[in-house]
Amino acid sequence: MSAFAQLPGVAGQSTSPPAARPGRYRLLPYLLLLPGVAWLFLFFALPLAQLAAASLYDPNGSLSTGYTMTWAFGNYPAALQAYWPQFGRSFRYAGTALVLALLMGYPLAYVIACKAGRWRNLLLVCVVAPMFTSFLVRTLAWKTILSDHGWLVGLLRDVHLLGPDGRLLATPVAVVLGLTYNFLPFLVLPLYASLERLDHRLVEASRDLYASRWQTFRRVTLPLSRPGLIAGTLLFFIPATGDYINAELLGTPNEYMIGNVIDSAFLVRLDYPQGAALSFLLISAILAVVFGYLRRAGEDVR
Amino acid sequence: MARDVPAGDLCLADLTKTFGAFTAVDGLSLTIGQGSFFALLGASGCGKTTTLRMIAGLEEPTSGQVLLGGRDIARLRPHKRPVNTVFQSYALFPHLDVFENVAFGLRRRGIRPVDGQVRQMLTLMGLDGYERRRPAQLSGGEQQRVALARALINHPQVLLLDEPLGALDLKLRRRMQIELKRIQTGAGITFLHVTHDQEEAMTMADTVAVMNAGRVEQLGAPAEIYEFPATAFVANFLGQSNLIAGVVAGGNGGDVLITAHGVRFSVPSARARADRGPVYLGVRPEKLHLVDSVDQVPAGSQYLTGTITDASYVGVSTQYLLRAGCDTELSVFVANSGTQRRYGPGDRAVAYWNPQHAFLLGRRADEDEPSTPVLDEPVGAARD
Repeated sequence: MSAFAQLPGVAGQSTSPPAARPGRYRLLPYLLLLPGVAWLFLFFALPLAQLAAASLYDPNGSLSTGYTMTWAFGNYPAALQAYWPQFGRSFRYAGTALVLALLMGYPLAYVIACKAGRWRNLLLVCVVAPMFTSFLVRTLAWKTILSDHGWLVGLLRDVHLLGPDGRLLATPVAVVLGLTYNFLPFLVLPLYASLERLDHRLVEASRDLYASRWQTFRRVTLPLSRPGLIAGTLLFFIPATGDYINAELLGTPNEYMIGNVIDSAFLVRLDYPQGAALSFLLISAILAVVFGYLRRAGEDVR
Repeated sequence: MARDVPAGDLCLADLTKTFGAFTAVDGLSLTIGQGSFFALLGASGCGKTTTLRMIAGLEEPTSGQVLLGGRDIARLRPHKRPVNTVFQSYALFPHLDVFENVAFGLRRRGIRPVDGQVRQMLTLMGLDGYERRRPAQLSGGEQQRVALARALINHPQVLLLDEPLGALDLKLRRRMQIELKRIQTGAGITFLHVTHDQEEAMTMADTVAVMNAGRVEQLGAPAEIYEFPATAFVANFLGQSNLIAGVVAGGNGGDVLITAHGVRFSVPSARARADRGPVYLGVRPEKLHLVDSVDQVPAGSQYLTGTITDASYVGVSTQYLLRAGCDTELSVFVANSGTQRRYGPGDRAVAYWNPQHAFLLGRRADEDEPSTPVLDEPVGAARD
């Protein structure tokens, strides 16, 4: 036992701050919460309850004849049975897009945060700039880029990556590319925030302790950017799974995702019970995936 | 490990680092013997940390070599060098617990099993039972020991310490200084310690190099540098000095004679860094003694007469300022041994010193350190 053991610890008993005068500000936190809570209650919780009720209406009703509440739990298995391919497709497309976005977004965020120097702010603006135009316009632009007579398809045909009649538009590839593009900033920004806070001295310490560049990334940079990585993947994956614009504009009914089905249930087929049931199925599926992910990835994050 | 002799000397050869137009380290050449405790001492921005980073491999030299046991490691990647660093503010990995922090270097080199070594090192550092704690749950002193353990467990040939005690409070710092010295002696590892704290450098190091503007101003054992500084910078950076601007007036046997504002002083030529032209006559404050009148000055001493302008009681000593001329204030430290009369502001007093304790430094003709007392009227004389 060395003399170190007898060194006095720096952490000692902390003196508690003087107690606030009771009563005076006790209600303040609740007052501050009030607007947000009221908003969420009126425009989220109530409609959600209404939606839950609608998902249990008699499926034989219609808007004109009116719906009756029959606690029709059968709506759920029926909806799932009819549309499970679209469900599967939603998660597949969103998952593929997420992988692509990570492959592009992590290096991008890393370079902006750690290597860009005075170009950092400009690059950040570039990441956010597409958001200045509407989601719809951006997706329509992809339609032009991927069109059969566009230069991209022409080029791919010339190098025989596509057959002479091959196309990009109206294929799963187009939908996945659209999803990747549209939600990329949601992945990059939290990742950037996490990497930007990374203490460069830790990287140096790792290099000093015999870690190669790759080992340093694997053992220090990556674990320390995990909070941003988790936030970014969730912000990307959740809206991408529920998205229907990309499948609508860049795909065909063969590429339709669950969002398209819900959209048509409410606005075209006017089948409210089914639309509501599908919505709840989607919510629960996403929640299940998110919780599963957080349990694995989120443990140990501080 | 190189087989040539001397086996593990760290040798910096004409090491230079420039950042744009700024030269951080300017043709630095040093040899640090294997197993020695070497301190690079200097103010911030003097190039000491850049030097350390070049040895660690975190900065590539613009030119020059870093030789370890005769092998040039200056262009090796940091993880290829048998050198480890204790970083300023420690840089412990916040996502790893104490055990994994300490095991990091072993694991990266593929050494297995790590358990025994890590536990042994934690015991040595008095960190038993801390294995599963995170750095954020440790006090400053505990973090310091983890940082040290994390570096030492790799048995580096050279351990670099970058102001490792700066974040600790005074008492803890004193104990860590002693402990570091003990570990260094026991492990036989070369320690290169970078600090701006002269007391810390003197306490721990066998050899101190005082750096200024990317160059070494003076190198030597702490007592040697303190007692006989080579430049005005060193004289003022390492402790305090009273520097009196004067001009060499000639020699007298073994002495150099100096005229400072019309008054003659002498310094043994062994204590003179210059024997002609403008010079500074230097005396350390604790080498000055105070008496009431010139009659009490012992033979062989030199003296200045003046008025006490300030007296600060600091426990072990009382620090006086003696105004000995219009713009001349001498700093005088008198040990509170109980045998000395206490002076107050306004009292007349005579400060005397043994010429053996004075030193003579070269001075550029235009140079006049603002902090330096300058005599401008004859107030004292050599008395032999």
